[in-house]
Amino acid sequence: MNQLESLFDNVWIDALWRLLVVLALMVFVVLLLTWGERKVIGRIQMRLGPMRTGPYGILQPIADMIKILLKEDLRPATADRLAFELAPFLAFVPVFLTFVALPFTASWGVRVLSLGLLYFFAVSGLTALGYLIAGWASDNKYALLGAMRTAAQLISYEVPLILAVLALSMLAGSLNLVDIVERQGRVPFVVWQPLGFFIFLMCALSDVTRRPFDTAAAESELVGGPWIEFSSIRWSMLYALTEYAALFALATLGSLIFLGGWDWPLGRDWGWWWQVILIFTKTSLLLMVFLWANGTFARIRVDQLMSFCWKFLLPLGLVQVFLNGLILVYDWPDWTLLVTSGLALAAAGYALHAGLRVKEPLRTVSLRSDA
Amino acid sequence: MAKRGKNRLMVVEEERDLETIDINVNVGPQHPATHGVFRMVLTVSGEKVVDVVPHIGYMHRGAEKLSENADYRQALIFQDRTDYLAQFNCEMCYVMALEKLAGIEVPERAEYIRVILSELNRLTSHYMFAGAFGTDLGVYGTVYTYAFREREFIQEVFEEITGDRMMYGYFRPGGVVWDVPDNFKERVRAVCEKTRIGINDIERLVTGNEIFVARSRDIGVISGEDAIDYGLSGPMLRASGVPVDLRREEPYSIYDRFDFDIPVGERGDSYDRYLVRMEEMRQSLRIIEQALEQMPEGPILPEKLPRRLRLPPGEVYMRTENPRGEYGIYLVSKGGEKPYRLKIRSSCFCNLMALKKMTVGHYVADAVTILGSVDIVLGEVDR
Repeated sequence: MNQLESLFDNVWIDALWRLLVVLALMVFVVLLLTWGERKVIGRIQMRLGPMRTGPYGILQPIADMIKILLKEDLRPATADRLAFELAPFLAFVPVFLTFVALPFTASWGVRVLSLGLLYFFAVSGLTALGYLIAGWASDNKYALLGAMRTAAQLISYEVPLILAVLALSMLAGSLNLVDIVERQGRVPFVVWQPLGFFIFLMCALSDVTRRPFDTAAAESELVGGPWIEFSSIRWSMLYALTEYAALFALATLGSLIFLGGWDWPLGRDWGWWWQVILIFTKTSLLLMVFLWANGTFARIRVDQLMSFCWKFLLPLGLVQVFLNGLILVYDWPDWTLLVTSGLALAAAGYALHAGLRVKEPLRTVSLRSDA
Repeated sequence: MAKRGKNRLMVVEEERDLETIDINVNVGPQHPATHGVFRMVLTVSGEKVVDVVPHIGYMHRGAEKLSENADYRQALIFQDRTDYLAQFNCEMCYVMALEKLAGIEVPERAEYIRVILSELNRLTSHYMFAGAFGTDLGVYGTVYTYAFREREFIQEVFEEITGDRMMYGYFRPGGVVWDVPDNFKERVRAVCEKTRIGINDIERLVTGNEIFVARSRDIGVISGEDAIDYGLSGPMLRASGVPVDLRREEPYSIYDRFDFDIPVGERGDSYDRYLVRMEEMRQSLRIIEQALEQMPEGPILPEKLPRRLRLPPGEVYMRTENPRGEYGIYLVSKGGEKPYRLKIRSSCFCNLMALKKMTVGHYVADAVTILGSVDIVLGEVDR
């Protein structure tokens, strides 16, 4: 036993096993998510989803994985070989690295970083580079358009996302994810920061390029975007693994910083298993929202995507930062946070809704029976 | 040397600009947005479309020429294969052209059956449009599955009546090939009820959705005058504010007996085209219900139908209001059992001509929206 403990005292071995756990968790989550998405989307579309492989099609992701691995690994003759083969790693590794900073319970995480939040966004932003290189190296016009869109989109949406999170960390007074969760206590930050949560949700959807923000992949116009020329394990790394893992990472982050992580209103002395249940329930809730949006929304156009970010989300993020700063400086009571942020969100929602409809009547079709 | 030196000091604005080139993006013939084997080459400057070159003909099977080598009744099947989403409407046009030239009287009951089936077919066709249009706008197949569930109810009725799901071949010069089942009226009434709910389902899912509106509003606008100049017809024309519907303008068959309205758009954009089609479905339901009320008993074919159909020499142009617009058959007979010439006036082909006019200046994603709003069927475009 002593030998074993001393083995883990070695920095490299300790790091290795923690990373292995994260890798296993990530692969497991991705497999579960692909299955879960197909089931949820299936229900939304009045289908059953996969049903043939195992009970309720639970083995479907494994079948998919085998199929993908057995496919031929194609590379276009005109592709830039080095960049083409590097791109999946550039997209995948940053997402993998974000897991390092995520605590899953009060005491279990790979590493508690005092600047965990900053690290998370700094690292996850690198994924854009992988997509850009993938699209550029493929020597394909669809991929190129998709890559340009991804790069523009991911970089733009980082800004309001970071503003929303910045406003939140002003309240928490820390960038350490564990501290932020501890700071929330029984009442999660989503109660005090509805506007910030809204911005976070929008940007998270955009960050993982899912509907309504999936202009990068855009099946109906670009037929898959940057990963159009990839096949086999490369496609899997570039698209499935990266996207679903990023989805899970963002949902976990959201549940940590906005939904109170492993805490809930009834106190926390329920044991570590309860913490695990709480955090995965909250994460699943956020994932459901993502899948729901994916199943029902149309895709917005690339220029609308950009103006939504710069003209709508960015000012809102600044408003949230400003409100929090005001309240913190003058030391107003907590409920003012909820009221101001809630009012700002309501006003923003109304503006968005009215902006589309006030100008012109929606229904311009009339009936003519005298023709 | 002096010039270079001068330039180095005073950099003119043009030189500072990055050199950009327009690229050609090939969309199709194998592409999810093209609804078949249509191909368009978009010249894009960044994300903006500056030119569109459509290429058609990948599905040309020579239906017109083949018809010349077939007996009048045999040639009917080519009509199923032109607009394969509105088969009954095409069959109707063809048999009515034959009847007009041969002077065959069609029994009342057969007329009603034809009208009911044609209007049901309009419903299935517009369902198909709604589903495909939703997918073009980027909905993850949800509109599609909604539409296809509803479409299936109607498809089942067709299968029950004709024994086929796609190539019906049910109409005949003079009537229909056999009578409909006894429970026809109840079946169709039940289907109408379901369809009414189904249209509402789709409308609730997408019609008021902000993203859906933002994506299709003011996209691919074509004015009423332009629409007429380009020879557009059907929902494309009516969405531009021109209330022309052949069922009302020159009522063929028994359409003058029904009370129905013509939905007309005001702006002529993709969204109006969608709205017009959804409203048309409701009007079709009205026609079907009235027709079911009035449908008499009786024969479905004239009693004295010649065993071999020989048409007198002459020519005839018959046009009907298909789901996609005006479908015309121009038939030249020199006597005998085969057409001398059969020309099909394709509604999609003419509607597609305005593609460039509508698309240039919009974004790449809008090109897909606009193509979807034209609602092409390549079988009809290429014949």
